[in-house]
Amino acid sequence: MKSLLNLVEKIKPTFSKGGKLGFLHSTFDAFETFLFVPNTVTKSGSHIRDCVDLKRVMTVVIVALLPALAFGMWNVGEQHSIAFGLDMTFIEKVWFGFLKVLPLIIVSYVVGLGIEFISAQLRGHEVNEGFLVSGMLIPLIMPVDVPLWILALAVAFAVIIGKEIFGGTGMNIWNPALIARAFVFFAYPSQISGDTIWVEGLNAAKANAMQVVDGFSGATPLGQAANGIVDFTTTTGEPLSLMQAFIGTMPGSIGETSTIAILIGAVILIWTGVASWKIMVSCVAGALAVGFLVNGFAEPGTFAAVPAYWHLVLGGFAFGAVFMATDPVTSAQTETGKWIYGFLTGALAVIIRLFNPGYPEGMMLAILLMNTFAPLIDYYVVEGNIKKRIKRSTIK
Amino acid sequence: MIKHIQLNKGLDIPVQGAAELRIEKTIIPDVVSVKPVNFRSLTPKLVVREGDAVKAGSILFVDKYHPEVGFASPVSGTVEAVVRGEKRKLLEIRVKADNTTDYIKFNAPEPGKATAGEIKKVLLESGLWVALTQRPYGIVANPADEPRAIFVSAFDSAPLAPDYNFTLKDEAANLQVAVDVLGKLTKGGVYVGVNAKTSAGSPFNHLKNVKLYGFSGAHPAGNVGVQINNIAPINKGEVVWTIDPMLLVAVGKLFTKGIYDVTRTIAVAGNRVERPCYVTCVPGTQIKEIDFLVSKKEVEIFDQETGCRYISGNVLTGKNVGLEGSLDFQSNMVTVISEGNYYEMFGWVKPFRCGKFSFSKSYFSWLAPKKKYKVDSNLNGGQRAFVVSDVYGKVLPMDIYPVYLLKAILAEDIDKMEQLGIYEVIEEDFALCEYVCPSKIDIQDIISRGIATMIKEMA
Repeated sequence: MKSLLNLVEKIKPTFSKGGKLGFLHSTFDAFETFLFVPNTVTKSGSHIRDCVDLKRVMTVVIVALLPALAFGMWNVGEQHSIAFGLDMTFIEKVWFGFLKVLPLIIVSYVVGLGIEFISAQLRGHEVNEGFLVSGMLIPLIMPVDVPLWILALAVAFAVIIGKEIFGGTGMNIWNPALIARAFVFFAYPSQISGDTIWVEGLNAAKANAMQVVDGFSGATPLGQAANGIVDFTTTTGEPLSLMQAFIGTMPGSIGETSTIAILIGAVILIWTGVASWKIMVSCVAGALAVGFLVNGFAEPGTFAAVPAYWHLVLGGFAFGAVFMATDPVTSAQTETGKWIYGFLTGALAVIIRLFNPGYPEGMMLAILLMNTFAPLIDYYVVEGNIKKRIKRSTIK
Repeated sequence: MIKHIQLNKGLDIPVQGAAELRIEKTIIPDVVSVKPVNFRSLTPKLVVREGDAVKAGSILFVDKYHPEVGFASPVSGTVEAVVRGEKRKLLEIRVKADNTTDYIKFNAPEPGKATAGEIKKVLLESGLWVALTQRPYGIVANPADEPRAIFVSAFDSAPLAPDYNFTLKDEAANLQVAVDVLGKLTKGGVYVGVNAKTSAGSPFNHLKNVKLYGFSGAHPAGNVGVQINNIAPINKGEVVWTIDPMLLVAVGKLFTKGIYDVTRTIAVAGNRVERPCYVTCVPGTQIKEIDFLVSKKEVEIFDQETGCRYISGNVLTGKNVGLEGSLDFQSNMVTVISEGNYYEMFGWVKPFRCGKFSFSKSYFSWLAPKKKYKVDSNLNGGQRAFVVSDVYGKVLPMDIYPVYLLKAILAEDIDKMEQLGIYEVIEEDFALCEYVCPSKIDIQDIISRGIATMIKEMA
């Protein structure tokens, strides 16, 4: 450790202001603080500070994402083996998934962090940690077959338009990861909808007229719903049980299929206090409220009649509720506001799923929409506090 | 009857080095510093010259805009030096102390019969008026005001703070005189907030003519601002006064003995103090005279040598005065901790960081709830924008939205600051917000700027 520290100390002047490579100040600083918690001491105010910093907070989110990531990798292999009738062991499936998902993660981080470094450099700021999480979220909400160049474009769009133009981490209005997904959704609709994109190799198989197992369909349950099929089936045509959907052995975006893996992440986030349990709970409540309400009026045999709790385990709902809606920057920031925000997010997600024929997944749009309105919700909550203060005062 | 208020937000930081309940020494000071900079937004006007002989209670300088408000020497002796800084800003007046303190004898009226006017007069004359702090803003009280009420917090909940049940255990009589006379300055009465857990042993517990409130909960339950906010928050246009318990004793002594005696028993605490304990001294005592309690052993953190940080006050709100500094007028303790100028390899990524405490459960210090930690002044990260927006509310038991208030201050939006409660807070109330902030924002500094802006704009 000493020798590394000495090396860093030795080359520091070169990268400091006025040094030969002074223009790379932010980049050097990012690497230095990555290796070492710096020797900065408190100058004003509290002399001691909690040992938690943003790097740690972001690390916790990454750790919480690992179960979903691990399951996602295995599931990529699993779905592939089912589609092509391959006999793969557990290890082979994981390895197959790993090889397919890794490039997505690498592209996401390289492009995103590259832009972060450049923009920090241009502004002379320190590099923000925010993208450590976004960079992992983005691959997890993409279909596994998304072309890398589209992913790269989406990441660039998300970081530049979604975050940096607002001033970087902490200043953005919308969740950057969802901006990336929305970008792909609106710019390359064929890449993020349809029945052939969710399972690795299906697209290629179609193009090359390769043999897929008889009766295999790559449609996700929500995709089936959009086509009017409400007795959800697995890819091989058997009925899909609620338990299967909960465990997540079905096609979908890499990280979103397994509600149980996401729940493990949720426990980590709630226990560490990094994400708000209020948003998660109210989001589920909102979805169930609207779901059951619609159930009451729905004609049997339509998607609206599918019991409301199905919404919780299908598509990106769980992933969105746990990892996306709870983003502390873009969600509501007052405690009362969080209840309202979460409830409306869940409710809107189900409304969009049920009443929007074009696109069966409502969570992304619901969260982005509520991100937009979160400041308004907070405004009225804070306004309540202000009114109370004015009311008890004798001088107006 | 004592009223009970339970506060559910806050944090007791488990800091190592609490003072043992024994008084090690009474320090006879060699030199005493009186510092105008201890008082917010004060423009001092010097009334003594170098070489003048002074007694305890002699006025050294006055407030330029309220010349009746004087600041006194706590000891008798000779004015040794007038220290000025940039633009001739008056930094401190150093008084070379006599071996025995010679007090000015003030003509204090009998507490039972005195009128408000007589009480104010003797407080102003003696220099003890400045013990009264005004809220909003935390500035010296204006003698022309009649406050809505006077508030005293009878306990300090900050890390390693002195135990007033110990330091004031023989002062119940002086405290009673003090609250009696101060009670005449306001129609609203004197409110006293005691620690509900230890109130049985508190010298405040049996005071008459006060409104007694028991507070339970973690720090900042002992902050007078937090107590006011939970008893009866300050509204626009209102003024309340607060006074520190140690200075309340001094008010009592003024009316019983007729002298300006601000001698106090302070805690000397922190992990760099060899045997943390209490000493008796006056404000302005040089830190050097307390240094004998500090361990001379070299301390290395991660194989890197670290020095000491001498803080007048507690680790959250005190001032880094250094070995050459002196005890502030408002401080009831000196804390000595390690400087944190070391590098820690992969600090943030280590799953366990056993030597460090965190409020957040992203580290594992919650597994050892009884453990006390050696703290140091490392920032533990780099400054960022507000990201984790809900952590601040968890340690602020006030009806205030901290991030919104801070952003209003940063935007210099006077109306918003007023609406969001700037009148109700001073820096110390936000100290824990600053401690837990993962973005390492200097929150107390922002509050200072907000208060300075308000004083300027509302004048």
